[in-house]
Amino acid sequence: MTSSYQLNQTDHLLHVLFNEQQKSLHISNAAITSIAAQLNLPRAQVESVVDFYSFFHRTPRGRFDILFSNCTSCGDLKLMQQLCERLQVKPDNTRADGLVSIGQTSCIGMCDHGVSLLVNGITLTSISAQQIDHMAELIEAETALAQWPASWFKVGNNIRKEGLLLASSFEPGGALKAMAGRDGAAIIDEITAAGLKGRGGAGFATGMKWKFCREAQGDTRYVVCNADEGEPGTFKDRILLNSHADTVFEGMTICGSVIGAKQGYLYLRGEYRYMLAALENTLQQRREKGLLGSNILGLGFDFDIHIVIGAGAYICGEESALIESIEEKPGIPRIRPPFPVTQGLWGQPTVVNNVETLVAAARIVLHGHHWFVSSGTWQSRGSKLLSVSGDCARPGIYEYGFGITINEILNDAGAEHVQAVQIGGPAGRLIPADHFEHRIAFEDLATGGSFMIFDHSRDLLEVIHNFARFFAHESCGFCTPCRVGTTLLKNGMDKICSGHGTAHDVDEMNRTAALVSRRSHCGLGMTAPNPIRDGVKYFPELFEARLLHQEMEPEFNLDASLEEARNLTHRDDEEAHL
Amino acid sequence: MITIDGTEVPFEAGQTIMDAALAADIYIPHLCHKPGLSPHGSCKLCTVDVDGRAVSACTLPAAEGQKIENNTPALNEVRKTITQMLFVEGNHLCPSCEKSGDCTLQAVGYHLGMLDGHFPQFYPRRAVDASHPTLMLDRDRCIMCELCVRASREIDGKDVFAISGRGTGRQLIVNSATGKLADSDIETDDLAAHICPVGAILIKDHGYEVPIGRRTFDLHSVAETDLEEIILKKTVHHDQDDESVEKEGGMYSA
Repeated sequence: MTSSYQLNQTDHLLHVLFNEQQKSLHISNAAITSIAAQLNLPRAQVESVVDFYSFFHRTPRGRFDILFSNCTSCGDLKLMQQLCERLQVKPDNTRADGLVSIGQTSCIGMCDHGVSLLVNGITLTSISAQQIDHMAELIEAETALAQWPASWFKVGNNIRKEGLLLASSFEPGGALKAMAGRDGAAIIDEITAAGLKGRGGAGFATGMKWKFCREAQGDTRYVVCNADEGEPGTFKDRILLNSHADTVFEGMTICGSVIGAKQGYLYLRGEYRYMLAALENTLQQRREKGLLGSNILGLGFDFDIHIVIGAGAYICGEESALIESIEEKPGIPRIRPPFPVTQGLWGQPTVVNNVETLVAAARIVLHGHHWFVSSGTWQSRGSKLLSVSGDCARPGIYEYGFGITINEILNDAGAEHVQAVQIGGPAGRLIPADHFEHRIAFEDLATGGSFMIFDHSRDLLEVIHNFARFFAHESCGFCTPCRVGTTLLKNGMDKICSGHGTAHDVDEMNRTAALVSRRSHCGLGMTAPNPIRDGVKYFPELFEARLLHQEMEPEFNLDASLEEARNLTHRDDEEAHL
Repeated sequence: MITIDGTEVPFEAGQTIMDAALAADIYIPHLCHKPGLSPHGSCKLCTVDVDGRAVSACTLPAAEGQKIENNTPALNEVRKTITQMLFVEGNHLCPSCEKSGDCTLQAVGYHLGMLDGHFPQFYPRRAVDASHPTLMLDRDRCIMCELCVRASREIDGKDVFAISGRGTGRQLIVNSATGKLADSDIETDDLAAHICPVGAILIKDHGYEVPIGRRTFDLHSVAETDLEEIILKKTVHHDQDDESVEKEGGMYSA
């Protein structure tokens, strides 16, 4: 690959495949062959990409393809079941007339909007049981989506508390103008003095990342904005992209000028496709204002931004998997070292920053580091956007200075009788009530922003079960511990939740969980066992209460395995059971 | 110098821990690694603890002063569990597999003292591809090590194989219009046709020429570090009619 390689946005494999999926409702073998020829890629590469991303299908989906979120905050599979029954279609099957297919998908980032789904890739929120009946009628009548009630597609911001980043207004170009007269090193010093750490959750010092990239050997450099906000319960980047896109793009542009990049990529999760037109529009306006393109604001540097849209793969939030995805490959995390700052996109030094990090960086350049350090703790400077969802009166976005306690957040959100809080999403920590004095900060509870509340009406074991299924579904499958281990853990939770588990199964899960955490290739595997490990640690009584008995239980359930025979003989009487 | 289980081991710049260990005749269990091909780090059998941190020996560059734990009971227990994971996720029926005795997965299992699969079997449904006149692709036995993928790309100068799908749904695919091996540009002499550490890619029409008991791992331990040369030799098949050659040493021995 040459260093001057520039991706043509319309020819990006993920975009070509999306169009084919929309047009033909699946991606046929013939389509794979012709797309491979058209893009001059090996056929097997195209096939492996089709099979890797959840939103591409090898067999036809319905003309209405509906995916319910299965997130604990924005999903409810009972409503999926209701729609399936109304439309006489089985989950994950396409109805014989080809009209409709209904399935489930991982969290779509609408956790502040109640039950949500994607219909032909477009987000639909706040669904009620009554609405399901109406939706079924619209589908049966084959009413075009444009004729569906517009209110169904409304996505609000739900900003409940504004802090450093959300409270102040931003004039497009303001931060770029504030750069005038300062060189790249000075900008890096400013960001370093502000103590800005990555907001995706890992918390790497942003100034240092930019410095490493700027100093790395390369023919060119890239800026990548990670907008693949896939952690269940997180939706703060959605708000930033919706209402602060100019600041995001300005942060990318500043980074580009500092590290010497000419091209930036925003990697948008496929679930946020509904925002694409608005984002493209913002980019176009910035080009027209001279804030993107050549010789930006007469400052003597060139920079432009392309948007690449994902297709349903949580792992692409991992920075090297994201880079692979931009490179039109399955999102398999790379071996590290080398890190992206030295060898990233197409082998060139690359900065990958979270949306919120780039917004904060642009604001720091505009307002100075003193403004930023006025908020937060001395180890965690500035503010954090939290996506609060679950069992509370006021779900939404809360921006706090670092150091806020869980109790204070729960108070603000109007949460009562709280059993536990999941901080940082399934990959984060499950926090029991006697730990609610802990604080949101890199030195205490680090988080990418997901804050899910579970009150005492929740079956917490089912929540953990849901998270175990999530990781088994999202594991890329590259390394053995995560590929096999996440499925073993899911199977263990299946067994315990169905009432067939024993004490031995809990011990087995603990052992597998420890191995997967320690021996996996990337962060997904290292964090996937967290919900089970925290669950067993803080809520052992929940597991014990569900165990069949404390002794050994055979893997094989004789009665359950007779189900098929009962179905065939239309029997369900006592004699047909063991 | 690096230290592996208390033994000082020299290394050259650019070497991984695995490279340095093999050069010093120290065995670190591995399946997806083969000298001469780019390291992969996927099987995780070579997991070692470097200054307390878990890393893959085959991908981490050796660096001055690293203190490495390798051959410890705890690590070998971890490796045994990973090997069991590989066994249960596929369909490995050793007694009826032609690769039995020449199979590195099986040999690693014996080396680590694995007596059973421990976990419930996944029993995946995976397709067999018998389309090719001289090669057989049995995905039931594939362990996703991608040695064939890399051998084809890096040594044969082709792109015959890839891994498709996600999670436990991953599977080996063939780069041809039909997805069949017969329609790919693989040739029997390609390294990709011979590198499979298990019985997923086999040469047709050569079966059971070497009796059980005299195959590679009947005569060698998988821990012999010069084994790569024994295994990697291109197929010179035992001529069934030639009684003058003693039939032993594995299917890929000269």
